Amino acid sequence: MSYFDNFLIMCSEVSLLIVLLILLLFDITAGKRGKQYFQPVAILLFALHTLLNFVPTAAGEAFGGMYQYQPVMTIIKSILNVATLIIFLQSKHLFESIKMKSQQGEYYFLTLSTLLGMYLMISSGHLLLFFIGLETASIPLATLVAFNKHCKKSAEGGAKFILLSAFSSGILLFGISYLYGTTGSLYFSEIAPRMALNALQIMAFIFFLSGLFFKVSFVPFHLWTADVYEGAPSNVTSYLSVVSKGSAAFVLMTLLFKLFGSYVHEWQTLLFWIIIVTITLGNLFALRQQNIKRFLAFSSISQAGYVGLGIISGSTLGMTTVIYYILVYLFSNLAAFGVISAIENRTGKIEIADYNGLYQSNPKLSFVMMLAMFSLAGVAPFAGFMSKFFIFSSAAQQGFYLLVIVAVVNTIISLYYYLRVVKAMFINQNEQPIETINTDNWNKVSLVICTGAIILVGLLGFVLDIIEKQSFGL
Amino acid sequence: MNFLSLFVLLPLLMILALFVVRSRKQILGVMVTGSSLLVLLSAYLAYHYIAVRNSGNTDSMLFTASLSWFKPLNIQYAVGVDGVSVVMLCLSSVIVFTGTFVSWKIAPLTKEFFLWYCLLATGVYGFFITLDLFTLFLFYETALIPMYLLIGVWGSGPKAYSAMKLTLMLMGSSMILLVGILGIYFGSGATSMHISELVHHPMAAEQQYFFFTLTFFGFGVLGALFPFHTWSPDGHASAPTAVSMLHAGVLMKLGGYGCFRIAIQLMPMAAERLSPIFLLLTGIGVVYGAFAAIRQTDLKYINAYSSVSHCNLVLFAILMLTQTSMTGAVLQMLSHGLITALFFALIGMIYGRTHTRLITEMGGLMKIMPFLGVSFVIAGFSNIGVPGLSGFVAEMTIFVGSFENGDLFRRVLTIAAVTSIVVGAVYILRSIGRFLQGPLQNEGHGKLDDAHWYERLAVVTLIAGILYIGSFPTGVAEIISDSFGSLLQVAK
Repeated sequence: MSYFDNFLIMCSEVSLLIVLLILLLFDITAGKRGKQYFQPVAILLFALHTLLNFVPTAAGEAFGGMYQYQPVMTIIKSILNVATLIIFLQSKHLFESIKMKSQQGEYYFLTLSTLLGMYLMISSGHLLLFFIGLETASIPLATLVAFNKHCKKSAEGGAKFILLSAFSSGILLFGISYLYGTTGSLYFSEIAPRMALNALQIMAFIFFLSGLFFKVSFVPFHLWTADVYEGAPSNVTSYLSVVSKGSAAFVLMTLLFKLFGSYVHEWQTLLFWIIIVTITLGNLFALRQQNIKRFLAFSSISQAGYVGLGIISGSTLGMTTVIYYILVYLFSNLAAFGVISAIENRTGKIEIADYNGLYQSNPKLSFVMMLAMFSLAGVAPFAGFMSKFFIFSSAAQQGFYLLVIVAVVNTIISLYYYLRVVKAMFINQNEQPIETINTDNWNKVSLVICTGAIILVGLLGFVLDIIEKQSFGL
Repeated sequence: MNFLSLFVLLPLLMILALFVVRSRKQILGVMVTGSSLLVLLSAYLAYHYIAVRNSGNTDSMLFTASLSWFKPLNIQYAVGVDGVSVVMLCLSSVIVFTGTFVSWKIAPLTKEFFLWYCLLATGVYGFFITLDLFTLFLFYETALIPMYLLIGVWGSGPKAYSAMKLTLMLMGSSMILLVGILGIYFGSGATSMHISELVHHPMAAEQQYFFFTLTFFGFGVLGALFPFHTWSPDGHASAPTAVSMLHAGVLMKLGGYGCFRIAIQLMPMAAERLSPIFLLLTGIGVVYGAFAAIRQTDLKYINAYSSVSHCNLVLFAILMLTQTSMTGAVLQMLSHGLITALFFALIGMIYGRTHTRLITEMGGLMKIMPFLGVSFVIAGFSNIGVPGLSGFVAEMTIFVGSFENGDLFRRVLTIAAVTSIVVGAVYILRSIGRFLQGPLQNEGHGKLDDAHWYERLAVVTLIAGILYIGSFPTGVAEIISDSFGSLLQVAK
């Protein structure tokens, strides 16, 4: 294999890097008039990148196994691509104010850098590359959280995020050092067979997982979530809750399979309790939230718990359903955030009570928001119902009935708070509802895509089939 | 393409059409055309079904077809009907049809109302035609969620509270049901979720006990299983008329239908052993519902509690596990569906005129609205079980069938349940005497008009159904009981 072939296998990373560099150069060189077209250029380039890397190629590895490619990674990367694309479509509002206008280039550049980091995390076969990916995904994200530098809450969120994220990376790195110390290697394929149940390795295992649980925001590593979600601009919040969380969940699953396959009973027991606590606490805190972004933050914590149900099963069906769940969650959550960011950026209103009577003034936005809430709650016949059903069945298949029962009880609680938003929009009366918002065309396109997907993805059976063909179990 | 799928496609097409049309006339046009087509389709289905059966076809399910849907979990879109589903489909069509006419003047947001109404209908029809556990559950859930908005937006009284209570209780029970369904599939080791296949893969006994309880409870709550019936009175009282009709008339029957189609048919051993517990609950429900109805003064609450009593009777009869009692249960679903829909329709019409539902504030309405009054009396008599009307046929079959069981426990329970008929007479006759007869209570009521043509159409259709079942029960009973013959055979 020639040196150049290595890059062919990494084609998705390379093409993302090219898009990223073009945008950086465009930002530096373009004049005032050129910058008006920044968003369309970014969207088109990124859409091109998404399309080019849509079809899985044959499995392979590059740089002596540091980089590993499997077809399932194309699927998860495409899902992240689609999510990022939708977020770009929704981002126009962010730069309408004069203060923010100059920051447009940085926004796209930083977002894509974190995406590149996630790509590397997903495809790594070596702990060093994995760690580089993790950091590349975290540090620009902190700047994105603090993106609105004129807003104190945003800065506060950014500071919290970078501190806690650095701390969790430290713990993870500590775990990696133990892994290296006990096995003498950083390659996944060499570590896995050398894992035995001795004290050092168990500690390494715990430290390593803690770092990842932080990213997925499993309870008790969730405390950063609500504040950061609330402080960050809506578009960044949606990126955090969908792309960052989705990639972390997938990476957690593949690492548990690849690196800790021999620890299956241990991590199943561990996850069992963590999932129960995560879903329950996330739900209970979501019940009382008045701020819609904090509300979605806690709901996303409990959603992460549901993803855990697929991970814990450790089967092919488990991986299939996790990917499917992330896919459906992407559309549902982004539909909700599309509406929220449109409303926040135009009117600055982010309380659930502000949504009272929204249907009178904004029937279309309310309709999209309702579908999103229904899909997140797992209400039939929308896609969220199927993804919940499938993820529950993957856990039930392995006999985790108790876990499924806890999850379904929580689904009922979650239904209550999702219906609260629907109730505010449709049932509650309000003399002065939020004025009619005429959102921009890009955002409209994104909402149409999300709505269509919420209705159709669940009904198209082949989607699950395609994912299953590439998935693998323990 | 199997013609059964039309039952799901038609309401979906109606939803699409509603998105396009604008004026009120066009909306009603879509609804009337669509619901009439559904009635015709059910009539065709019933006719066709009888013809095929008469030609000697003894398959347990007719007109079956299946299509692979989600391969990794072996989920199919599978359709097929037996006698019970045919009867229930016909009932649904009648109620959807009459509900459209009852909602003739619904406002505001007419279009949105009918959108949700059609989605509800889609769920109901889909539920009765599918034979795959997943699809069945999917349609079941689809039928539940529109209720939230239908009650919350167009309801009356404490509508937000009632809507939330109803939705949470029903969705909650359906989530328990979900665990049961997963247990049935993975516990049986079958290679698909098709009911006809699962029947041949019974689970181990201990598993059956666990999952039977979950499944029966899950479906039972929708069938107003005591003591989880509390969503029903509030929900029905707050709902707009057509929604009460559809919910009490058809949706609650989904519970009973699911109980025998899934819980009892797939887990016969557990059904046999655990039935006493549930029989006790439903027995209490039958009597309790009737007594609770006596205490009510709101017409809708009276009928809602009466529904609780009758729906518990359905579950009661199903659990008696004899062919006669189960036939009676389906007859009761059918009969109660028509009667309660008629009641709710009439109550809605009376409320629309007098703006009160309290029987203490009305009186002598028979003179002012003879048509509505007489119809109410017919519905009442049928509810009590006067011979010649559908209630008699259903309850007679149930009690005879239940008494067929030799053991003392079931016989005593049956006798206790029979008392509900007497109590039923009390609350029906009392309310008729109170608000239809006697002197006019409120002078303002003297100027009110009788039913309009669209209301008469709905009422007459429902009464015709009640009379038909009451006078010619054998045809219907035969269709139903044939299916149970094969069901109970498989179970044994």
